[in-house]
Amino acid sequence: MKVALFATCLVDMFRTNVGKSTVELLEHLGCEVEFPKGQICCGQPAYNAGFVKDSKEAMKHMIEVFEEAEYIVSPSGSCAYMFKKYPEVFQGDPIWEPRAKKVADKTYELTQFIVDVLRVEDVGAAFDGNVTYHMSCHMTRLLGVKSAPMTLLSNVRGLKYTELPNKDTCCGFGGTFSVKMEQISEQMVDEKVQHIIETGAQYLIGADEGCLMNIRGRAERVGAKVEVLHIAEILNNRMAEVK
Amino acid sequence: MPMKVGSEPFKNRVDEGIQNTFMRGAVSGAQDRLEVKRLQAVEELGDWETWRLLGEQIRQHVLENLDYYLTQLSDNVAKLGGHVYFASTAEEAREYIAGVAKQKNAKKIVKSKSMVTEEIDLNHHLQADGLEVVETDLGEYILQLDNDLPSHIVAPALHRNKEQVQESFHSHHGYEGSSRPEELTKHARKMLRNDYLTADIGITGCNFAVAETGSVCIVTNEGNADLSTSLPKTQITVMGMERLVPTFEELEVLVNMLTRSAVGQKLPSYVTVLSGPRGEGDADGPEEFHLVIVDNGRSEILGTEFQPILQCIRCAACANVCPVYRHVGGHSYGSIYSGPVGAVLSPLLGGYDEYKELPFASTLCGACTDVCPVKIPLHELLHKHRQVIVEKEGRAPISERFLMSIFGMGSSSSGLYNMGSKIASKALKPIIKDSHISKGVGPLKNWMEAREFPAPNKERFRDWFENRAKGGNES
Repeated sequence: MKVALFATCLVDMFRTNVGKSTVELLEHLGCEVEFPKGQICCGQPAYNAGFVKDSKEAMKHMIEVFEEAEYIVSPSGSCAYMFKKYPEVFQGDPIWEPRAKKVADKTYELTQFIVDVLRVEDVGAAFDGNVTYHMSCHMTRLLGVKSAPMTLLSNVRGLKYTELPNKDTCCGFGGTFSVKMEQISEQMVDEKVQHIIETGAQYLIGADEGCLMNIRGRAERVGAKVEVLHIAEILNNRMAEVK
Repeated sequence: MPMKVGSEPFKNRVDEGIQNTFMRGAVSGAQDRLEVKRLQAVEELGDWETWRLLGEQIRQHVLENLDYYLTQLSDNVAKLGGHVYFASTAEEAREYIAGVAKQKNAKKIVKSKSMVTEEIDLNHHLQADGLEVVETDLGEYILQLDNDLPSHIVAPALHRNKEQVQESFHSHHGYEGSSRPEELTKHARKMLRNDYLTADIGITGCNFAVAETGSVCIVTNEGNADLSTSLPKTQITVMGMERLVPTFEELEVLVNMLTRSAVGQKLPSYVTVLSGPRGEGDADGPEEFHLVIVDNGRSEILGTEFQPILQCIRCAACANVCPVYRHVGGHSYGSIYSGPVGAVLSPLLGGYDEYKELPFASTLCGACTDVCPVKIPLHELLHKHRQVIVEKEGRAPISERFLMSIFGMGSSSSGLYNMGSKIASKALKPIIKDSHISKGVGPLKNWMEAREFPAPNKERFRDWFENRAKGGNES
């Protein structure tokens, strides 16, 4: 199965290891992974901030880059959801709406792809540690992927899971919200980190680098003894140490 | 602006909210409790999603045929012997009500809880005319003593604690009792009894009007709407022009969904349905009945992309799950309509000058949309506001517009992005310390107020991938 990896700009620039783990994991599951080089950003930061016209250029570019792919897989529920929304953004546009739909229809978030398309629930991973999991808003509520990450985590050997209080409450990232409404964002991410500390988990796992960068940054600032990892890093861990 | 709360700018209101630790404890505690109760209450109904769909259809149907149902409603109220007044503005509504009070030579008015009367700032205007106006909902009663305003659509005094109430009763009434809620309530009850008996007019809000019968339905837990409408000789009900249902069949569905969504109750203590003035042979009821139907900007929302907000049944479930509301409280919104519904509705009714920040005070997390019993796409409406503010109103700050145009260029040209992201790690080197950015300017500075920001990778993911394809990586 041929998979075009939509790595996301955050992973490309800040979290090489997440991209690496995603590639290795998909290959381990028998996929042929390609990385369309022209890819940049899905346009979400501008789109969500209300700059819809500006964001459309980014979207058209991504459509051109990805439209010929067989499957598009992204290690981010939020960015995958942006692809899913493209047809609505280009609604009524005779050229771009059908092209957007083509892209949207074959886009999957990583865990969703593994469980729903590859039909794999146990990726053969092992991880020695006590983890908790943050459910990202866009992935959970908008993309509607709720159970896939939990299904996959539940089959990781050695992994101990503690549920996060208010696990589906927003971490306060929200793209430009985090810098535009920084007073409110700080309170939200602080409560999130306090809840993580309460679980006593050594690792906070998530499936969206935007949220994770926010939570990690706060955890570091308050000196919380918790490591923030992307779910791909856990699922790609086979007996060897994480990272 | 009648619906406005306070005069401080948005950032200051938010700071004030965030620093109010008591309020935040009360709000987060209430949110957590209410959400558990709500989930239990909606689960009992069976397939909640089907109920939501039905709720949405009923509300949409009413909005699409609003002229028809409003005519039917007013005809039926008139047949029952009531008076109907369509107020296109807050001012018209206030003037009409003041006119009735004058005609009746009224001195005292009792009121049951009503958000639309808060919206039109009715109390202050009636008081300016020399009338005594007494709020009878316990929460509103508490707020009125200190000239405070509601911070929540359903639980107006959510930001107050029992000690504050005790103190307030003491300073206004010489109350010497304890801060036990039962005792406080007993005191308010005693005070209110006299007000009910001596009031000339009772004013109520309206949860739903039933077009087919000309009835108004009021939902309370305190029975205060019943006393406010059965003791005074004149009843005035004030309703937002969209708050109606075709028949009792739809009323049943929506009342069921309203109380479950609002406070996790199967049924409230009182579902009061009143039809016109006292008829021949009726045991009680007012001698005169007035229905004031308030537009105040609503008809301008009809037919626009924001129409779904008029589906709202004011349950405040969206506020009860909103992570922003949780930390800033209701008064930060600067409007009597707080929470996600307030962030959508306030700019529409009160204008962008006053409320342009509200649509941006959201992470678009979608919790509000998920919980709304009538399926209002709240986070999408917030996003639509942003688009209007940025693109139609041109109100985005220049710095942000500049950043976004750079974003537009950088994210649509592979060459530009490639160059920028490639040199980022080197260019930022002077300010990188322990693989983190050590100081930020602009948006980065705001980010770093609360958390660390990572340094860009030396090897971007795309470089790793390319090297690997060339056989340059081990794994």
